Amino acid sequence: MIDSLLISQIYVLDQDAALDFYVGELGLEVHTDQDLGFMRWLTVCVPGHPERQILLERPGAPSLDDQTAAQVRDLVTKGATGGHLFFSTQDAYKTHRELAERGVELPEEPTEQPYGIDFGLRDPFGNHIRIAQLKEPTA
Amino acid sequence: MTGVFSSREDQNRRLLRARDAMDAAYAEPLDVPALARIALMSPAHFIRTFRDTFGETPHRYLQRRRVERAMFLLRTSDRSVTDISVEVGFSSLGTFSRTFRDIVGESPSAYRLRGPLPAVPTCFVRAWTRPRDGISPPSTPSSFGEAGRASAG
Repeated sequence: MIDSLLISQIYVLDQDAALDFYVGELGLEVHTDQDLGFMRWLTVCVPGHPERQILLERPGAPSLDDQTAAQVRDLVTKGATGGHLFFSTQDAYKTHRELAERGVELPEEPTEQPYGIDFGLRDPFGNHIRIAQLKEPTA
Repeated sequence: MTGVFSSREDQNRRLLRARDAMDAAYAEPLDVPALARIALMSPAHFIRTFRDTFGETPHRYLQRRRVERAMFLLRTSDRSVTDISVEVGFSSLGTFSRTFRDIVGESPSAYRLRGPLPAVPTCFVRAWTRPRDGISPPSTPSSFGEAGRASAG
């Protein structure tokens, strides 16, 4: 049976800008950055957790025709592609403060939720990110 | 990010930023000029492009956000309906009750009887429980109880 989630994918409009944000600002690390010729295979992961990667894929030809790619870009920037990443942290307030110090755009303060304390933000393209300090360990 | 976005994508992203600001400060009076500044456009252009992009005016978006937050609080807390109406940004209980009933189709206290919500991430609750539009025609500008301001949306 299935026993783990290895790679999830989100669309980013520019892979260099995505690296600046996800690695430079959010603090993830590069897992793989390889030019396969037909595409740049770019994955990041939470430091210390290489077993779960996020593929940062650029929508475009030949994977998508130009018109479809334009539609995807339109939806990403409207926040409508379903690019959601949900991270955990030991201390939501501290993480929020540290991200603010790095200049990350933070539209929300940490908020008490039924499941813990969390806050949301977006990557430069419109994908949604949520960072939560859960009440119970994620196991 | 110059060069990454087309002009339309850049506009989308700016409007999304303004919409996020509304989501973060939903209980405050609708301030179209401030939102338009976030989106880097004039207030009139902001209202028009917001509607074209997201399918409803900023005013209606915020109104449904406030009702969604009220629905959430009704089902996850035991606070009074009056408290909740103030908490989500309505200045009068009458306006809140009327708007809630218009949009949701039942009164706040009847809605509360549906019981608690499961604890899924709040971003999804917020996205999916913001009530659908179209049950009733868009309310008059006074539905925020903010005469003289809400008409801008």
